[in-house]
Amino acid sequence: MNDDTIALRAEGLYKVFGRHADEAVIALHRGTPRDELGAATTAAVIDASFEVRHGEIFVVMGLSGSGKSTLIRMLNGLHGATAGTVEVGGERLTDISPKRLREIRRRRISMVFQHFALLPHRTVIDNVAYGLEIQGVERDERIARARRVTEIVGLQGWEEKHPSELSGGMQQRVGLARALAADTDVLLMDEAFSALDPLIRREMQDQLLELQAELGKTIIFITHDLNEAMYIGDRIAVMRDGRIVQIGSPEDILTNPANDYVEQFVQDVDRTKVLTAESVMRKPRAVVHVGAGPRAALTLMRDEQVAGAYVVSKDRSIVGWVRDRDVFDLVRRGVKDLSSVIQSDHGAVATDTALADLFIPSLEAALPLGVLDSRDRLVGVIPRVTLLAALGGEPEAAVQAAPRPDPMPTAEVDQVLEAAVGAGAAEPKEAL
Amino acid sequence: MDIRIPVGTWIADFFDWVEVAFGWFFEPLRSLFLGLYDAVAWVFGTPPALVVIALVAVGALLARGWRFAIGSALGLLFIVGVDQWDNAVASLSLVLVAAFLAIAAAVPLGIWAARNDRVSKTLKPILDFLQTLPAFVYLPPALALLRIGVAPAVIATFIFAIAPGVRLTELGIRGVDKEVVEAGQAFGAHPRRILRQIQLPLAMPSIMAGVNQVIMLSLSMVVIAAMVGAPGLGQDVVQSISALNVGLGFEAGLSVVVLAILLDRFTASFGKGMGLYSTWRRRRLAQREADEQARFDAEILEVGGPRRSPGGLGG
Ligand SMILES: Nc1ncnc2c1ncn2[C@@H]1O[C@H](COP(=O)(O)OP(=O)(O)OP(=O)(O)O)[C@@H](O)[C@H]1O
Ligand SMILES: [Mg+2]
Repeated sequence: MNDDTIALRAEGLYKVFGRHADEAVIALHRGTPRDELGAATTAAVIDASFEVRHGEIFVVMGLSGSGKSTLIRMLNGLHGATAGTVEVGGERLTDISPKRLREIRRRRISMVFQHFALLPHRTVIDNVAYGLEIQGVERDERIARARRVTEIVGLQGWEEKHPSELSGGMQQRVGLARALAADTDVLLMDEAFSALDPLIRREMQDQLLELQAELGKTIIFITHDLNEAMYIGDRIAVMRDGRIVQIGSPEDILTNPANDYVEQFVQDVDRTKVLTAESVMRKPRAVVHVGAGPRAALTLMRDEQVAGAYVVSKDRSIVGWVRDRDVFDLVRRGVKDLSSVIQSDHGAVATDTALADLFIPSLEAALPLGVLDSRDRLVGVIPRVTLLAALGGEPEAAVQAAPRPDPMPTAEVDQVLEAAVGAGAAEPKEAL
Repeated sequence: MDIRIPVGTWIADFFDWVEVAFGWFFEPLRSLFLGLYDAVAWVFGTPPALVVIALVAVGALLARGWRFAIGSALGLLFIVGVDQWDNAVASLSLVLVAAFLAIAAAVPLGIWAARNDRVSKTLKPILDFLQTLPAFVYLPPALALLRIGVAPAVIATFIFAIAPGVRLTELGIRGVDKEVVEAGQAFGAHPRRILRQIQLPLAMPSIMAGVNQVIMLSLSMVVIAAMVGAPGLGQDVVQSISALNVGLGFEAGLSVVVLAILLDRFTASFGKGMGLYSTWRRRRLAQREADEQARFDAEILEVGGPRRSPGGLGG
């Protein structure tokens, strides 16, 4: 990975609270389990390494006490690391002078807190301008800039109120605005939405995604809510007992959980919203080239034991589909061209369609639902069984589940094919 | 068994040594105390009593409102009525000087203790010691080092009153929401700035409670102060005991109560948003908000677009 695409890098981070921290790190490094360190020593974060790219939303997820807050607080030096390094924008943050650390916090990395952490004795606008004030921006300018951000988060008209006069959701908007106003590249958010009720929370998540798309901030987001993680995360790190057990895209985590813990963790995610057609689709088996003759098509369908096949053009973009009975007729009649029986209502969906939106098309399609990439090329199919298996949370089953075709009896097909060969009919052999 | 620990001898020797070794220190200290005391006594004692009472009443009006203004005027008139005004001025001056010094020492100590666990652990027993040690015990060394008069009274009052100032300051600062302090750190604020802009303002109610306590404890020392020769209401109380003069004792005693109530209410009202001053301030803030709103409305008319509601939360 190129260095200037990396906004933040953590390498071999350890945080041990309590006595004998350094010895504990060495012991952990040697493989001593964390609960054998002794009662006075807590290893909150163990050997955490990851990289966050510019403009990425990187989510850290884990149960209470798994070390998420400790980890995120090391990223801006609120906790010093016991071992390991943190780099922000290519600059090391561990083992530097307090002065330099403050400088980095002012310029590069800001934070949104779980319980908002607004300054209760200051008005909304002064809260939003706080980061700029610390940066030394003079009053008129910082108020003007704070006003713009306050407007962006939708709090115009509330500038002169105090935080206590605002609802929780609005207070967190102030917290978000304060971090945005500081205009740093990296934003740390520690359970920023956990204290909000579900509706407001979803609203804030949407707003965060919107802002991120608009401003291109790098966001490191902590949550213990899997659905939230899956919803906003580009990549997710799952923590357990201080260790990062898996890092991957939301789909990765769902479909290829690294271990039983992650698998259990992801059990009650609403898969239909996270998984996309791409993540459950299978290799299309019966695909016929549009130039192939009926005999080749029928042979293929017989071999694959399917009742129909998708027809694609030379660049694999979809043309339509054919039914085995129609092709059977063509072969019997000696027609050399498929085009008369190709049906165009293939109903295929795009790769990024959420599972939730696959059910209706899947029911309507005569064949396993086709999946097309951005250039309309057929890249996969989703048999109904696969779809159902994926819902059940068994990705393995989804891959293995076989479609249940209702093909024509093989004997009959063989007979016709032989007859056709006997007639000496020649046709291009281009089944794919 | 006849084992005796000669603590008394040690301590006496210690103070003898202090007197010799630090004489250069205690003489200026004594002058400082006297100077401060004279200044305050001059401020309250020079104008006629009625002028002072009128000014105090105005202050009371600003701080808490009408009822307190009238009450304090009546209370002070009572003091004048029982002919204790000069004594009251002397006691008040002593209390204000001692309390001022105690607070000036207590707040920084409290801040230091709040930021450093070791300091906190060291201070705690010392404060307990100072607060529980009977005042009569440290009067003799104070007298020895500072001679009779106002100076030993100031130091005795200081020692007796300082503890709650330190404790409540430490408590207040430790009680500031940790996340808010972290917010200051996370945005790169210097620790001193966090102290000034976040910790002190948010700890203010607790610190003010400490100030109040310090002043009240100082006032409770006026009789003991009189014993080491400080002028004031305590003198008459002491005299009433030796002369068995019940009337004089009560006159002086009630005057102490009046001062106590006045000082308590004054200090308790700091930062509580009562009184005329706060009313003015609130009005000014409200006016500013209204102006802001008017400006927005004007802006919106200009642009002609609909105003974005606060995140669709319906307010
Ligand atoms: N200052 C501290 N001193 C000692 N132990 C600590 C400290 N802070 C955290 N810990 C311990 O470190 C572990 C991880 O805590 P952390 O707060 O990082 O968890 P978390 O994943 O953020 O949990 P939550 O979801 O409850 O916020 C816990 O066992 C906790 O008790
Ligand atoms: Mg936490």
